[in-house]
Amino acid sequence: MSAAPAAQRPVSADGTSAHTSVERYGLLLTAPPARRGWRVLAARVGAMCAVELQKLRHDRTELYTRAVQPALWLLIFGETFTRIRAIPTGGIPYIDYLAPGIIAQSAMFIAIFYGIMIIWERDAGILTKLLVTPTPRSALITGKAFAAGVKALIQAVVVIAIAAVLGVALTWNPLRLLGVAAAVILGSAFFSCLSMSIAGIVLTRDRLMGIGQAITMPLFFASNALYPVAVMPGWLQAISKVNPLSYQVDALRGLLLGTHAHLGMDYLVLVVAAALGITAASALLPRLAR
Amino acid sequence: MKPPGTAGGATEATEAPAVTGAPGAAGVPVPDAVACSALEYAFGTTKAVDGLDLSVVPGEVFGLLGPNGAGKTTAIRCITTLLSVPAGMVRVFGHDVARERMAVRRLLGYVPQQLSADAGLTGRENVALFARVFDVSRRERAERVAQALDAVGLTDAADRLGKTYSGGMVRRLELAQALVSAPRLLILDEPTIGLDPIARTSVWEHINAVRSATGMTVLVTTHYMDEADQYCDRVALMHRGRIHALGTPQELRDDLRERRRREPGGSDAATTLEDVFRDVAGSGLDDQGGDFRDVRSTRRTASRVG
Ligand SMILES: Nc1ncnc2c1ncn2[C@@H]1O[C@H](COP(=O)(O)OP(=O)(O)OP(=O)(O)O)[C@@H](O)[C@H]1O
Ligand SMILES: [Mg+2]
Repeated sequence: MSAAPAAQRPVSADGTSAHTSVERYGLLLTAPPARRGWRVLAARVGAMCAVELQKLRHDRTELYTRAVQPALWLLIFGETFTRIRAIPTGGIPYIDYLAPGIIAQSAMFIAIFYGIMIIWERDAGILTKLLVTPTPRSALITGKAFAAGVKALIQAVVVIAIAAVLGVALTWNPLRLLGVAAAVILGSAFFSCLSMSIAGIVLTRDRLMGIGQAITMPLFFASNALYPVAVMPGWLQAISKVNPLSYQVDALRGLLLGTHAHLGMDYLVLVVAAALGITAASALLPRLAR
Repeated sequence: MKPPGTAGGATEATEAPAVTGAPGAAGVPVPDAVACSALEYAFGTTKAVDGLDLSVVPGEVFGLLGPNGAGKTTAIRCITTLLSVPAGMVRVFGHDVARERMAVRRLLGYVPQQLSADAGLTGRENVALFARVFDVSRRERAERVAQALDAVGLTDAADRLGKTYSGGMVRRLELAQALVSAPRLLILDEPTIGLDPIARTSVWEHINAVRSATGMTVLVTTHYMDEADQYCDRVALMHRGRIHALGTPQELRDDLRERRRREPGGSDAATTLEDVFRDVAGSGLDDQGGDFRDVRSTRRTASRVG
């Protein structure tokens, strides 16, 4: 190998062109100072959420198409079972009882989609480029998790509006609504990380689509979204107890309807689940980069 | 030619940053922009990179050439921290990619082989994302993004969605994404693949304009020998995971011409960089390199561009 280092090219041809280019590209000459510590995490979460909102602004069709299913659940299932009175709801109309469950369900469906999206981003080279930026894996996953939360939150607003139109008596207390937002975001963070973790294991979109479809409905049915835990058979109660969706629905129901809820326990479970999800998905992310 | 690096090259690698090349402004030697010593990477049993020694001098445009499957993209993915390698094998401006990932990433601008701008965002939003993840302050962001878009001639198309861009525009947008953080090392993996001749020239002109303003180092791969000849200060010809020829395009051409002249019955015809490429890669289809996967992924990129 000839180890001849080449003569370096002159950096600028002449003084005048260098001058104009300094004006044109002035900011491109110096690297931005690095943020440190928690600010990195906050900035990355902000960046991912901004992208999500920008995409939603350019294309709202998903927002509308995803509103169809919850509307049908509330309209058909909710109205029918309100009339039949087959499910013990503790005195409130069934459609009211159902509404928080459907909010949680639609948020979960959005979040589960995130694993498919990260594989798509990997295949499109978008993820690859993000992985070459000063963004720790965990900050990238946290950003994605919160972006899923933001998207789910917007969807929740739509579902709440539909429920209100159908005459469901929901709270308008701003503090309680803040609690609702927190529960929606935390739950979505967990479910998006669950699906991104599975993405890191199965690595292809087809496999993940199958698994996603196979787990969402059982997660939904094995929760208190449609009926109280008390009416479930023992084995289903056991699954519901470890299903974060149940805790999310419990919190939403307590806050939106004023029913008896275990808010402390609910938020504790949601925070721990989200943290575990972020840890698992961050650990599995490098498999997607390979 | 140097003998191939021995297996387990990590142990023999030096701990101090490799310092060759030009001295810095203060007379202190600057570390190489990229220094690989006995770099190896295998996918299962496929040794994609097999004892690669490479040093890229700060400020130069360095071309990494070689047939499909030579290991160029894999080497780049090792340098960009996408693939993890043992400490001591790769340094970027003196920072070990295994130990100082974040420091290395802050110095890098990377345009992958695949077209990878987000089609669902506008050009400006695509660049702003990279400004955000490189910690550009809110105060500076809009102006910096505008300058990056201006530097690649996309100011007028900045607020159109990425999916309305032509292949050449997407490539320039990706260039803007890479430039917004003022990288000291710009890594371009086949930046002109699938582009028409005018778009190719345009991409290179924008690279050179920014380079002359910023003095950044460029590491580029390409299959277009005319581009390598015209725009690269030095090129390395890679085959089966290691480098087989290194020098300025002129040196390599002259070297081959000299060897051809000395051959019994040799000719003194002028040689091109393509001749050098054929000489290194062997003529015709290679049995090992350029397997189906490579050709397919290259085609996919090409069709997405076109
Ligand atoms: N993700 C992967 N999994 C398995 N093998 C891989 C993977 N990526 C690359 N390879 C193999 O490694 C070798 C080098 O591939 P690489 O993509 O680095 O070549 P290249 O020089 O960039 O080729 P091209 O000019 O076609 O882009 C090839 O044999 C290829 O099949
Ligand atoms: Mg390649």
